[in-house]
Amino acid sequence: MNQTVFAPWDDPDEKPLIQFRNVTKRFGDFTAIDDLTLDIYAQEFFALLGPSGCGKTTMMRMLAGFETPTEGNILLSGQDIAPIPPNKRAVNMMFQSYALFPHLSVRDNIAFGLRRESKDKAKIDERVEEMLRLTRLTKFAGRKPHQISGGQRQRVALARSLAKAPKLLLLDEPLGALDRKLREETQFELMDIQEKTGTTFVIVTHDQEEAMTVASRVAVMDEGKLIQVATPDVIYEAPNSVYVADFIGDVNIVEGRASQTGDKVDVAWAEGQPPIHATTQKRFDRDAQCYFAIRPEKVHISKERDDSRPNVLQGKVIDIAYLGNISTYHVRLADGTMMKAQSANTRRLANRGITWEDEVWLSFTDTAGVMLAR
Amino acid sequence: MRRFALIAVPYLWLLALFLVPFLIVLKISLSDITLSIPPYSPKLDLSAGWAGFVEFIRALDFENYVFLTQDDLYWKAYLSSLWIAFVSTLITLAVGYPIAYGMARAAPEWRPTLLMLVILPFWTSFLIRVYAWMGILANEGLLNQTLLALGIIDSPLQILNTTAAVQIGIVYTYLPFMILPIYATLEKMDESLLEAAEDLGCSRLSAFWLVTFPLSRGGIIAGCFLVFIPAIGEFVIPSLLGGSDTLMIGKVLWEEFFSNRDWPVASAVAIILLAILIIPIVLFQRNEQKEREAGT
Repeated sequence: MNQTVFAPWDDPDEKPLIQFRNVTKRFGDFTAIDDLTLDIYAQEFFALLGPSGCGKTTMMRMLAGFETPTEGNILLSGQDIAPIPPNKRAVNMMFQSYALFPHLSVRDNIAFGLRRESKDKAKIDERVEEMLRLTRLTKFAGRKPHQISGGQRQRVALARSLAKAPKLLLLDEPLGALDRKLREETQFELMDIQEKTGTTFVIVTHDQEEAMTVASRVAVMDEGKLIQVATPDVIYEAPNSVYVADFIGDVNIVEGRASQTGDKVDVAWAEGQPPIHATTQKRFDRDAQCYFAIRPEKVHISKERDDSRPNVLQGKVIDIAYLGNISTYHVRLADGTMMKAQSANTRRLANRGITWEDEVWLSFTDTAGVMLAR
Repeated sequence: MRRFALIAVPYLWLLALFLVPFLIVLKISLSDITLSIPPYSPKLDLSAGWAGFVEFIRALDFENYVFLTQDDLYWKAYLSSLWIAFVSTLITLAVGYPIAYGMARAAPEWRPTLLMLVILPFWTSFLIRVYAWMGILANEGLLNQTLLALGIIDSPLQILNTTAAVQIGIVYTYLPFMILPIYATLEKMDESLLEAAEDLGCSRLSAFWLVTFPLSRGGIIAGCFLVFIPAIGEFVIPSLLGGSDTLMIGKVLWEEFFSNRDWPVASAVAIILLAILIIPIVLFQRNEQKEREAGT
């Protein structure tokens, strides 16, 4: 079967659903959003990811209509939404605190938005039942928000914001209040619901794992600017900067001087250590400062020297973080640099070969890491 | 045993300061008026033994209660008290709600100051504050003088010594009791609820009626009872501001007791007043309990 990949951002003919055009938002002296331009396409599950205070919540509140841009404009289906108040926008929001109405039952919470726009009771009831079924809440329809669990409350909030079938659904840290296990389940549930309803989701989160799991594209933000906007695998495997590489997942970053021939780069990084051999499409000037970033799971660790890979470094195991399925080894190299290597625990603990203070060899291929200029 | 001792403290307190005085008043209400000190009979004489006690019980009767139903002054006074308290409560709510709402929406650093301003009048004697209203409402008082000077009226308004003056006095005195519970419920309300309501298609006004108002219901009910219950038995305000036209049961009670020196009838008036008040007090307690349950 020939399945087309969902990637409207690569199609120049595709019209974006949301367009941020040179949007700036200031609160007094503080610039929350700084000259930001971004397109989000219909049916995307778009994640805004960044540390707290990076402006991601401000972007969401501008989409919902609770804030207006200081400069620039935001278009929804090609129409400037600045003059449209929040209660007239085809945008609904799921709040971080869920903001369920405590005096109303689950059913009345879900029906709240529908009752504002229609008087047709039969139609409203039908839609509410549909939402209850979708979020598996039928059994709890008569209960008040304080009589149900955190996970159920989260689903009520989702059902309530989806009930009006908005063009765009905003989710503000939707899973922050749930424990890890429930969060993982709910992430898949969210993706499932997003697929079923075909609604465009924009999610704000500071949890990189969550963004990676649910999103079709991730925007990494810092201090009101977009650092990188790409699919999760590109963000992870081909970050465009040290900031992104460091923010997403675990990484070893080695600073050095480049010397390039064709797509091969040698990075001189420490006295008495062999240069790191890497491959890149980018251009680095001779002796320009550069960064080599490599994920710990791409560093192979062994007790014997393994010359099958072009980069081989010797060191000593200082620390082992045992995570069950994998272990992370903290290895000190001869010059004092710390490097992390990860390996899957395919054997039971008792049979594990490497332990503290062991002399080990780290090796990796020339395509395992990424060359970064900044 | 220790638990029992702990529970016993509040119960002994209630017994000594509520139940015993209540029984004494109840007993006096069943007695007859006499010219003696104290001015009623029978008096319990324990030295006469069991026979004396039986005779004491036999001498008690419901005469005074029957008398209260025969003279229409009393039930008119009860009804008029209820009516004045009811109207005053509604006015206090109408004045107090916007104040509480404004306080709850004020910047957080201002709230303690605003709260202080609401409580501030309590620092002056209640009596003096009511006297001050006589100065304001009198025919030659501040209000009439100002209105005359501004040319709004030609002759002074008769406000003092009317029911309106009593209502003004009650609203003024009990306003903090209305503001504080309403403020407490509004202040703890999550503001994202209003954003959620707007997001789902409400205008600001309908968000108020559909979300803010129902969520402050507990505070409104508490405030209304806190004003209504003491206002029914209010005595100082009607006697200072109401003049002879205003009929309120607190004033009738005072006159029976101190002017007529008819302790038994005064006690009967007090017992019936208590019986009337029990209904709203029980409702108030219920509301408080429901609020607590919803809060957890």
